[in-house]
Amino acid sequence: MEQNRLPLLSVQDLKVYFQGDFDTARAVDGVGFEVFSEEMVCLVGESGCGKTVTALSLLGLVAVPPGRIAGGKILFKGQNLLDFDESDFQKIRGNQIAMVFQEPLTSLNPVFTIEDQIGEAIKIHKHVDGESLRERCIRLLQDVGIPSAAERLNDYPHQLSGGQRQRVMIAMALSCDPDLIIADEPTTALDVTVQAQILQLFRTLQKKRALSVLYITHDLGVVANIARRVYVMYAGVIVEQGKTGHIFGKARHPYTQGLLASLPTRSKRGQRLYSIPGSVPDPALKPAGCPFHPRCPHVIENCRSRFPDLCDYGDGHLARCPVLFNQKQD
Amino acid sequence: MTLTQKNGQARENRLEKALTPKRSRLEEFWVLFRKNRLAIAGLVIFILFFATALAGLFLTSGQNPVFDPAQIRLQEKLRPPLSKPNLDTLLPVEVPRLNRYLFGTDELGRDVFARMLQGSWVSLTVGFVAVGISVFIGIFLGGIAGYFGQVLMKLDHILASVLMAAGIALIVVDRLLPGILILILTGALFMFTVRAGKIARGRGKAAGSGLLEINIFSVDTLIMRIVDIMICFPSFFLILTVVALLPASIYNIMIVIGLTSWMGATRFVRAEFLSLREQDFVAAAKALGVGNLRIIFRHMMPNAIAPVLVSATIGIASAILTEAGLSFLGFGVPPPHATWGNIIADGKRFIFDAPWLTFIPGIAILVVVLSFNLFGEGLRDALNPKLRERH
Repeated sequence: MEQNRLPLLSVQDLKVYFQGDFDTARAVDGVGFEVFSEEMVCLVGESGCGKTVTALSLLGLVAVPPGRIAGGKILFKGQNLLDFDESDFQKIRGNQIAMVFQEPLTSLNPVFTIEDQIGEAIKIHKHVDGESLRERCIRLLQDVGIPSAAERLNDYPHQLSGGQRQRVMIAMALSCDPDLIIADEPTTALDVTVQAQILQLFRTLQKKRALSVLYITHDLGVVANIARRVYVMYAGVIVEQGKTGHIFGKARHPYTQGLLASLPTRSKRGQRLYSIPGSVPDPALKPAGCPFHPRCPHVIENCRSRFPDLCDYGDGHLARCPVLFNQKQD
Repeated sequence: MTLTQKNGQARENRLEKALTPKRSRLEEFWVLFRKNRLAIAGLVIFILFFATALAGLFLTSGQNPVFDPAQIRLQEKLRPPLSKPNLDTLLPVEVPRLNRYLFGTDELGRDVFARMLQGSWVSLTVGFVAVGISVFIGIFLGGIAGYFGQVLMKLDHILASVLMAAGIALIVVDRLLPGILILILTGALFMFTVRAGKIARGRGKAAGSGLLEINIFSVDTLIMRIVDIMICFPSFFLILTVVALLPASIYNIMIVIGLTSWMGATRFVRAEFLSLREQDFVAAAKALGVGNLRIIFRHMMPNAIAPVLVSATIGIASAILTEAGLSFLGFGVPPPHATWGNIIADGKRFIFDAPWLTFIPGIAILVVVLSFNLFGEGLRDALNPKLRERH
């Protein structure tokens, strides 16, 4: 059914490079994904694989000079965001695409009250002011599950707990009824119980408000919990994509398989936990061919020279590993 | 609802209230500030000084002032403090108020107390106006250098800034018409290059546009090197030179002191902005679609202002000292008007016969400057979030 619908957000072959003094770091190197409306999509990958840079480039927040959008397209509602200039972007940011950041403590301005911060985007984009703005802020705080919201309005960020701060961040993101919310590891800085609450909040809000959410995380447990579709990212490229059930049930890329194997489960009790050997390549010194080949157990000669294509397993499940694809065919 | 439920709810309400102490930032600041006794002393002295200066402005001016700083009584010269006037030799208008010379008289028989009152207003305004000018320039230039610092300047930008500087310089030296003409020309140039840049981007490269594409240096380089140049001048001698060229007046001195002391504030604001710019809340504000100017002035400035305010209070003290020094050297406020500096300067010839002429204003300067420094340090401690955590 998705083939008939136009995606809300479609990123095609996005390349974001950072120019160093001696070399170019290819942080995002040809990423493509789609988010349909009212869909929760996860982008998974380990630290340094380019998730955050991808998210920032969606909002035009990559700092240029060091950064450079080297190619690709970001189609949002059919418009290419990469053609936008700063003032066009300002109308989109917060209004149609909003972002929730990783660290709720540092993402809130310490000198302003909660009301000021939530109300700011509404004031800018919707030109609401005075008592109706206040009511709107209270309603948003109630929506994100902050108790006695009216009293909280005059609090400063340092008076709130970590979970409450993240709820305020989410309220800020929701303030102008955006079509798409980009959540960049919103639960990483929180403890496990609060994390579960925030995930639950995302799920209910997404259903209630018919939101599209691009949820960026490195936590596979989170992914299994909330996502409908998953994109697995490694070294600036998407290596596997598909429905959550497919990815967790029948992972087709050695990297995804490695990630899943390194999750602790009850059946592996007492055994040493698996870990993928090696570490993520430096984005400036990526290996030729398949970026995963130095760590891959299935590596063959071809992997060292040829960049692999996505192989289609049907039903939207694609993986960037022809070796396993051919093995399965045989 | 049963009774137990009601009780439970009441307890919950109580709990919630107890858990959320409502303290505004001002209250919090005051609680911390109050602990610092020296800073409180500084604040009290500052308030007294402010009241004295305001009172002095009204009591020593006008046709028939309460305390007349200009009344000359040659027969009563160099009287010590608290001495009574010799009523036989004085006309009724010449008799000092309270029938005493509170701080004595100088070599012309003028009442030193009245002159100090008059001078306190000068000291106060010099301090505040000079620091106001320097903080304003500092915040403006430091903010630009810190926030837009990495923007590279192209040939046309440099041409425009040179023209703008020339225009302002012409206006300052009283060539209004050519100055304004050049400023208008600069504006036109800006408009033209911005429009031309947009068109050129749309159409591809035009002939000769390559020259305009060369990056020469960054905004940060430009502003901070100007700061370095200004710091290299020994500023007291720069002030002396400028004061010698300009007509002597209180306002010229305030402006000159302000224009030669903005470098510290600029460096402060720039440093604050460089670190604030990388903070997540700035990125979060950008992600909400907040514009650059609003981010600078609404989101970053309140975070950067505390250290600037602290350095400003200390700057007021040094501006008062600079003015006193200038007056002492005879380059300050022109003679009939008294300032603390020129009372000392006049009194230095009689330092052994009439030590009160130098000591009383000297101690006054010491106390006021010290109180500003103590107050400034107290502010810094109370506003510093790292020290607040300890509380």
